[in-house]
Amino acid sequence: MTYIVKPKNHHPLLEKNELGLTRRDYEGAVSTLCAGCGHDSISSAIVEACFQLSIESYKVAKLSGIGCSSKAPAYFLNQSHGFNSVHGRMPSIATGAAMANHELLYLGISGDGDSASIGIGQFIHCARRQLNMTYIVENNGTYGLTKGQFSATNDLESKSKYGDDNLFPSIDLPSMAIQLGASFVARSFSGDKEQLVPLLKAALSHKGFSFLDIISPCVTFNNHNTSTKSYDYIREHNDALSRPDFVPSGKEILTDYPKGSTVDVPLHDGSLLSLEKISENYDPADKIKAIQNIQESQRDGKVLTGLLYADPEAKDLKEILNVSDKPLNEMDLNDLCPGSEKLKDINSGLK
Amino acid sequence: MKIKSVNDFVIKFANVNGSGSASANQMFAKGVFRSGIPVSPKNIFPSNIQGLPTWFEVRVNEKGYLGRREGIDLFVAMNPQSYQKDVEELKAGGYLIYDSSWKRDFGREDINILEIPLTKLCVQEFTNPKQRLLFKNLGYVGLLASILEMDKDIYISLIEEQFKGKEKLIEPNVKALNIGYNYAEENFKDYCDIKVNKSNKTDGLILTSGNDAAGLGCVYGGATVCAWYPITPSTSLAESYSKYSEKMRVEIGTEKNKFAFIQAEDELAAMGMTIGANWNGARAFTATSGPGVSLMSEFIGLAYFAEVPTVLFNVQRGGPSTGMPTRTQQSDILCSAYASHGDTKHILLIPSDPKECFDFAVEAFDLADRLQTPVIVLLDLDLGMNDWSTKEFEWDDNNQYDRGKVLSKEDLDGIEKFGRYLDVDGDGIPYRTYPGTHPEKGAYFTRGTSHDEYAGYTEDGVKNAEMLTRLVKKFQTASSLVPSPVFNQEKNTSSMGIIYFGSTDCSMQEALDVLDEQNINIDAMRIRAFPFNLEVWEFIEDHDLLFIVEQNRDGQMRTLIMAEGGIIPDKLVSILCFDGQPITAEHITNKINAHISGKPALVAS
Repeated sequence: MTYIVKPKNHHPLLEKNELGLTRRDYEGAVSTLCAGCGHDSISSAIVEACFQLSIESYKVAKLSGIGCSSKAPAYFLNQSHGFNSVHGRMPSIATGAAMANHELLYLGISGDGDSASIGIGQFIHCARRQLNMTYIVENNGTYGLTKGQFSATNDLESKSKYGDDNLFPSIDLPSMAIQLGASFVARSFSGDKEQLVPLLKAALSHKGFSFLDIISPCVTFNNHNTSTKSYDYIREHNDALSRPDFVPSGKEILTDYPKGSTVDVPLHDGSLLSLEKISENYDPADKIKAIQNIQESQRDGKVLTGLLYADPEAKDLKEILNVSDKPLNEMDLNDLCPGSEKLKDINSGLK
Repeated sequence: MKIKSVNDFVIKFANVNGSGSASANQMFAKGVFRSGIPVSPKNIFPSNIQGLPTWFEVRVNEKGYLGRREGIDLFVAMNPQSYQKDVEELKAGGYLIYDSSWKRDFGREDINILEIPLTKLCVQEFTNPKQRLLFKNLGYVGLLASILEMDKDIYISLIEEQFKGKEKLIEPNVKALNIGYNYAEENFKDYCDIKVNKSNKTDGLILTSGNDAAGLGCVYGGATVCAWYPITPSTSLAESYSKYSEKMRVEIGTEKNKFAFIQAEDELAAMGMTIGANWNGARAFTATSGPGVSLMSEFIGLAYFAEVPTVLFNVQRGGPSTGMPTRTQQSDILCSAYASHGDTKHILLIPSDPKECFDFAVEAFDLADRLQTPVIVLLDLDLGMNDWSTKEFEWDDNNQYDRGKVLSKEDLDGIEKFGRYLDVDGDGIPYRTYPGTHPEKGAYFTRGTSHDEYAGYTEDGVKNAEMLTRLVKKFQTASSLVPSPVFNQEKNTSSMGIIYFGSTDCSMQEALDVLDEQNINIDAMRIRAFPFNLEVWEFIEDHDLLFIVEQNRDGQMRTLIMAEGGIIPDKLVSILCFDGQPITAEHITNKINAHISGKPALVAS
């Protein structure tokens, strides 16, 4: 997690967004991950999505656990507060933070070791509670920082770089997330920016628990020809459900998909995720079908990607707990302290 | 022989767990309290929901001695499973009350037996099988009111208050009370020589538990997030916060909550949520007990090193491991003071009664915000779960919350370069920012990895050592901010001193009076916080011999004093009690007497 600060010189002709900011303004420190790491592509997709959405970086909290993926928040959104917590515990930090101030955008970056093993309990309960956040698993099937042990998302048939057999079946996080009640679930591939950026924009715009499982090959430990999470394997087996297009609030739909071939997912903030169907049997509003699609694709040796499931109307944790619209961290003594008169009543009730 | 006493006795109830006895026993105690005599009810319950034996002890003492006392004057034995053991505990001349629907010979000639066929009477009067069982409890409360010559109307009002809103239930409950009362009036008039005479010794006092008080203190202290995981004996603390918040923290008009109450999936998550909320500027806390502290330790270390304010209530129970979940101990001193791996030290606040639980709960949030570090409030089961006669809660409406060194947008505008971990003021406490404060300044990366003054990751060992050294400086600053000790004397006059803390206080007051009567001159100090203030060290310096009274096996406070102050072990003599029962004054005085006279103590530790 070394900090190498980038120079701040911007070319005057760089494209600017609605806030007058360039993509450079959304970047972070120079990455210290291996050259070619999928995680760096995801970081740049996050930069692109935030740039396009004209997000104010300082209104974002980026949170992570431990591992290669959890280093990534240092490499985007320099003006955001970051919290690199302990292994597998990002969801609980995010839950507390989001309860304190629901007005920020919470972006959690996790990995497959972080979310599918040590922190699986927190992942499960965070999804179940419908925390309003975007939760990204940068999924490479391996423990990179400790040099190549299998993770729990590594497929059964996928051997290690050194030829070792994987003895246990993989955990499919998107199926779990859907079953647990997450209201936005997608899978994508770090090497497919065209699909990833609109999905990220939709996830960031969705109110509720947005889960993105992003296959992100580990060039050092899991990119060999017996791995099912290598660049080549994913490119060959990528089974995209749909082609997504994110339409911001108040903007026209510009894509010219043939009639009857699109599914529109209107999001809470007025924006729209317009999806061109590739698979016949595709309906992202249908939970059961979504899980079935994942299972079938897995059976056929493919990697299903795209928006898998979305319920834009689902309640989030703040609504479920009926928490005030004024952020709790802005409340002062006048809001919070019942005062001496009330205490006198309490005293008399205890006699 | 009959024990004769006015407003000074111990009564014990033996019941079957889950039979509804606890609320009746509680009502008995409250009736005595309302008669103006301080009481200390103690629920001695098994880790079980139904079926196992359970006891309830009430010490009634006009002088206000509220510690446990050995030897039972009155026994209400309602559980045949435990008859034999129960009767043994009764002092000679004591009174035994039992359900004589099934007669029994207890084989003791030196006690006075009051027979009341409660089951038979309840079967005659009630048809509902549940009521027949439940109302036996109120039956013996009625009997006690009669034999102790108490004002029966007090109990009738207590019943009316309890069933406010469910008025239909008042009549059968009063009837049950009268069954026992009338039976005793007819059969035991002037039989018992123990009496309750009305007094005024509870003026200015309330009857409540430490957990209830601490939960209320969190509401007054401005806590808005409580994340917790159920564990005995801390559960009722979180529930108290929720109960009072629902009453006093709901927005008028929107009916929305000015608090978030989250039952976490485990203690790890509870602590994570607490840290996340505090990091983001809300006052947040969690409550747990020993096993929970073990699970939270990794996160406590993060909060310490990343300097995130955090408030944790540890209601201690019998350890180690799962231990005795429903019995009391003070055995988490060391694991709280040094929780987590690496070099860590934490602020401890140690209240001694419910009033102080309320005050320290409020203070914990100020200290955590001021010092940007975990603050652990140490209660124990006896203090947390039992009702104590304690001073009324007080609140000064001029109080302000101390949110510590937090930079606003305007502050940041005036700063050239913000350094999250810069020691600007030389007190070891840096400045922090909340996320979302300023578009261009003040953002930083919170991390558990080694970092420099600007929160950047560093593997420079010298830099890391500097950061660790600054944390020691901060801890020194803390020693002047935490509550100072309480002394029993204005000026030290003895070469011997006693150090004690927490719930031991109630027995210590009595022990000190007894020692005084025995002409043993000894100074006493109650420690209320860690790090130890200067006054603590001065007291230790001032005495040649110090007794340290603790409710654990290893003398953990003694170890902490030795470790932190380099005090010679020979100077510190442990007085220990770790049988899961609250320590008694007799235990303390016996041990001190034995040490002074050079004879081994008779009371086992």
